[in-house]
Amino acid sequence: MKVNWLEFIVGCFLVAGIAAAVVLALKVAGLTLNTDAKEFYTVYGRFSNIGSLKVRSPVKLGGVVIGSVSSIQIDPKTLQPVVAIKLDRRYSELGSDTTFSVLTSGLLGEQYLGVKPDFASMDDDGNPVYLKDGDTTNFTESAIVLEELLGKFLYSVSSSKADSGSSN
Amino acid sequence: MTMLQDPLIRIENVTFFRGLRKIYDNVSLSIPRGKITAVMGPSGTGKTTLLRIIGGQLKPDSGSVFYEDRNVPKLGRGALYELRKRMSMLFQSGALFTGMNVFDNVAYPIREHTSLPEELIRTLVLMKLETVGLRGAAFLMPSELSGGMARRAALARAIALDPELIMYDEPLTGQDPITMAVLLKLIKELNTTLGLTSIIVSHDVSEVMSIADYVYLVSGGRVLAHGIPDQLKEERHPDVYQFIHGLPDGAVPFHYPAGNYLEEL
Amino acid sequence: MLVKPISNLGRSGIEFLTALGRALLVLLHALIGRPQFKKHFPLFVEQLYVVGVQSVMIIIVSGLFIGMVLGLQGYNVLVQFKAEASLGPLVSLSILRELGPVVAALLFAGRAGSALTAEIGLMKATEQLSSMEMMAVDPLRRVISPRFWAGFVSLPLLTFMFSVIGIYGGKMVGVDWLGIDEGTFWTGTQASVDLYDDIAQGWIKSVIFAVVVCWVSLFNGYNCLPTAAGISKATTQTVVHSSLIVLGLDFVLTALMFN
Repeated sequence: MKVNWLEFIVGCFLVAGIAAAVVLALKVAGLTLNTDAKEFYTVYGRFSNIGSLKVRSPVKLGGVVIGSVSSIQIDPKTLQPVVAIKLDRRYSELGSDTTFSVLTSGLLGEQYLGVKPDFASMDDDGNPVYLKDGDTTNFTESAIVLEELLGKFLYSVSSSKADSGSSN
Repeated sequence: MTMLQDPLIRIENVTFFRGLRKIYDNVSLSIPRGKITAVMGPSGTGKTTLLRIIGGQLKPDSGSVFYEDRNVPKLGRGALYELRKRMSMLFQSGALFTGMNVFDNVAYPIREHTSLPEELIRTLVLMKLETVGLRGAAFLMPSELSGGMARRAALARAIALDPELIMYDEPLTGQDPITMAVLLKLIKELNTTLGLTSIIVSHDVSEVMSIADYVYLVSGGRVLAHGIPDQLKEERHPDVYQFIHGLPDGAVPFHYPAGNYLEEL
Repeated sequence: MLVKPISNLGRSGIEFLTALGRALLVLLHALIGRPQFKKHFPLFVEQLYVVGVQSVMIIIVSGLFIGMVLGLQGYNVLVQFKAEASLGPLVSLSILRELGPVVAALLFAGRAGSALTAEIGLMKATEQLSSMEMMAVDPLRRVISPRFWAGFVSLPLLTFMFSVIGIYGGKMVGVDWLGIDEGTFWTGTQASVDLYDDIAQGWIKSVIFAVVVCWVSLFNGYNCLPTAAGISKATTQTVVHSSLIVLGLDFVLTALMFN
């Protein structure tokens, strides 16, 4: 067979370029190919303050990523943020009392949604109730806002000072 | 002006500016069919420009250029490209494509404009190369050719599609006497055997006069004189006389205009 | 007294607009029209080799070193805040969003763009373009168009290669040399890099830069004075103009995409 080296090398070039794009998508962006293993269900959490939680922030259970935030909206009636939480179908046995809390990874890190499972409450027949697709949960802990924290701290310091002052 | 019988090209009242410089001032001339016409004149008088106007690469500021009955400057792009298939031009440098060998250079116009099978193209190309005596050099690259060989190769490419008209832009410039003789012989032979119309732009007076059927002498944007070579040799007009006989001083002075020599010293 | 500078300004303004208009017309003329795949495809492949394959080496080597430097510098800063874990996102985001498209485009302008300008300029100076025209072959379609498309395809691919090599260079320094945990590096990277926001937008940038660099270099070659001095000036102009336009445009694109 007569090989046209020019065409062969150009072919290698194209393949290398496309392979680089694929590596970027899979390894760097963490895109997974086996989509069938990745079925999701979505639950909605009502928060009073989500801090700097963003769309696509990870949802972690014991440090393991089990899903992500898929949208953040304000409920027009209650004026509270409602976070759509997309969870991996494999972890569908989260009890209805599971708490979602906005946490920060490290002192400077980004915010994520921590999942604290609780014993599932039983329904009338004594079967455990799990979170289902489309459920809305109020078991949430909002983000800690530094200003509020400082405000409380200062208040408590000044009030304790005032207490000790009055006792003297 | 004697009207020539059945001219292939008629240039009528052409005026052409390059920037603010007037290259041609209301020039008219006609190129007889099947003959060798020489356009001669001092360097820098825009002889090459004339060929580019005929080829439609440059548009005159006014006037018309008729190729048979078609006015070249007024042609649309498609019609112009159709017309160009019937003419070809031998450039001063040869203008061979540096990326391909002599064979592919000659095959280039055939491959571009026809869809002949490769064996037929091979035969055609070798025939053209044989005509110019370069069949043995078919697989050399242009950089390996001498100046004269490059022009012959370019000539083979110019006749690849059997045009009606060949325009030679300074074909003899910078060639040794043997190469000149070879090129002159080729130009003459092609003209007679293929029945081509040839236009030679040159300032190699005696060589071109030896093969030309008709000569135009162009200078200062005008046609100074025209006629068959023998007529021009007899012409007594001082400009014509100086150019034809190659005198260093005369109507065109040796000295560029300057102040008084002694005063400046 | 004041008339001369004003009239000069006016003249250069007119000249600039004329050149811009001519450049656009040249590009449109070269690209619009019925393509003849059978004739033009081999030319395109040949140009992919000249424009793309021959630029791979410089892209890979530069990508590796830029990634390694980023890894080293980033580590030194991040370690002060005990945030070495963010080295992955730092390296990959800066490469994917900015350094990849921009540096690859600058290198491409220097390696391939200048060569294109010089080649086309030389073809013009040796009357090859004119002779093509006289052979009833349109040099814009025959010469300019395959080179443009080859550059248009090559630069984004080269940018991908640059990014991958750069990120692995940063990983090499951070993980293999300075001892960050490999898992931390990649999970951090994957958590912060988004396929659309970062990779796809970097790709869009590189496509736009490819158009700019090819356009500038081909037009400069096509428009140059057909002399040795003209070619060298046009080649310099290609590198200067395309670098400036790429950097300026990068700011505009970044502002549009990431705000």
